[in-house]
Amino acid sequence: MASGDCLKRNSWICGKYFDEYSGEITDALREHVYLTVVSVAIGVLVAFPMALAARRWRPAGSVLLGSTTILYTIPSLAMFAILQPFTGLTETTVIIGLVLYSLTILVRNMLAGLRAVPPDVVEAAKGMGYGPGRLLFQVELPLALPAIMAGVRVATVSTVALTTVGAIVGSGGLGNLIYSGIDTLFKAQVLTASVLCVALAIVADLLLLGVQRLLTPWERAGGRKRRLPYVSAPTAEVDTRAGAAA
Amino acid sequence: MNVLGDAWDWLADGANWSGESGVWNRLTEHVLLTVVCVLISVAIALPIALWLGHLGRGGALAINISNIGRAIPTFAVLVLLGLSPIGMGDTATIIALVLFAIPPVLTNAYVGMRGVDRDVVEASRGMGMTGGQMLLRVELPLALPLIMTGIRTCAVQVVATATLAALVAGGGLGRIVTAGFDLQDNGQVVAGAILVAALALVVEGLFALVQRFTARTPRGGVTS
Repeated sequence: MASGDCLKRNSWICGKYFDEYSGEITDALREHVYLTVVSVAIGVLVAFPMALAARRWRPAGSVLLGSTTILYTIPSLAMFAILQPFTGLTETTVIIGLVLYSLTILVRNMLAGLRAVPPDVVEAAKGMGYGPGRLLFQVELPLALPAIMAGVRVATVSTVALTTVGAIVGSGGLGNLIYSGIDTLFKAQVLTASVLCVALAIVADLLLLGVQRLLTPWERAGGRKRRLPYVSAPTAEVDTRAGAAA
Repeated sequence: MNVLGDAWDWLADGANWSGESGVWNRLTEHVLLTVVCVLISVAIALPIALWLGHLGRGGALAINISNIGRAIPTFAVLVLLGLSPIGMGDTATIIALVLFAIPPVLTNAYVGMRGVDRDVVEASRGMGMTGGQMLLRVELPLALPLIMTGIRTCAVQVVATATLAALVAGGGLGRIVTAGFDLQDNGQVVAGAILVAALALVVEGLFALVQRFTARTPRGGVTS
């Protein structure tokens, strides 16, 4: 049996599909990576000042955490549909939606990381004449990094999965291939796109783990070379109680 | 933006609420689907989690199932099941929904059981309780707040995911949104989306209320 017929037979796994549609697959994968990277990057940039504000003023903290949790409850299909009349059938719509979802996880973890910085360390730095800016960027942020990176990893993995739903407004990366597979019943395309999506999530997670290890060399120093009196921050992801957004 | 006006007009039109593709019918489908899937998920996940938690085994499994679930796109699973011999329809939808609703219940219940103070468990053993009695009368009540958090996450997630079922020809409120896209009627798209979001928030709110009135210990959970 020639494997060339697998497209006609509509097999789940088909080598010919890769040959004939490689351009389409690459484009979808590229769009998926682009949407994920941009969304998480914007999410981090937006979440950071929010976490700082939430730490500084408690009432603001409850409002920010509460509102991002509510946003996370809204189903993705509804989110993209609500945004769509305002921003059109574009990538902007998907990115805004994905950024909103990532905020819940990012703000919570950044806040938990910053709060877990030992007060003695902060006092010591102040005593050494550190101003608020240097204190934040040279002392608190590095110590909060494991918790922050844990949040970035969770946010990235969920964003990769959620991006697929962006297909409803025409920009879902690999989700577009899955979505068009509904009408065409094209099994090889749907399976390939789904597997690539999961693989992308795993690769992204491992890459971020690598980044985290590079950025926190003292974590691996094994107690002997610790430069800072480090109390391990909560590395596991911090509770994001409500969880929907599928 | 007059899209919101259009959405309001759509919602205010009584004709959109009746009939097979009307709001009432879609809402009923959505709620029924949610209730069925949550019940199935709890029936599967809770006994396993309670038993594993009681024995203190399988922790890595219980936690990792949640993390893996996050990486798998629900939408992809729905379409894959739809293209399989199961076919597009309610069965595929229910399987996908249950699959994604199990992890939060399992993980939270397991963590809740393990979080029970070991001294209390030892004390109940000292009082001569059997394993089953310890599980049902000591560990379960103490783990209840976290178990409820898991069920709440599960329910909200199923409401959200049931929306996606509309993309693979399932019923539910998502249908109003997808029908709006087909008709290029932005008013209907937004009206449907508002209904979906409202339902998700109502379910979340109801669970929050139930928890507030039943749980005395502080909440805190594990992410889905």
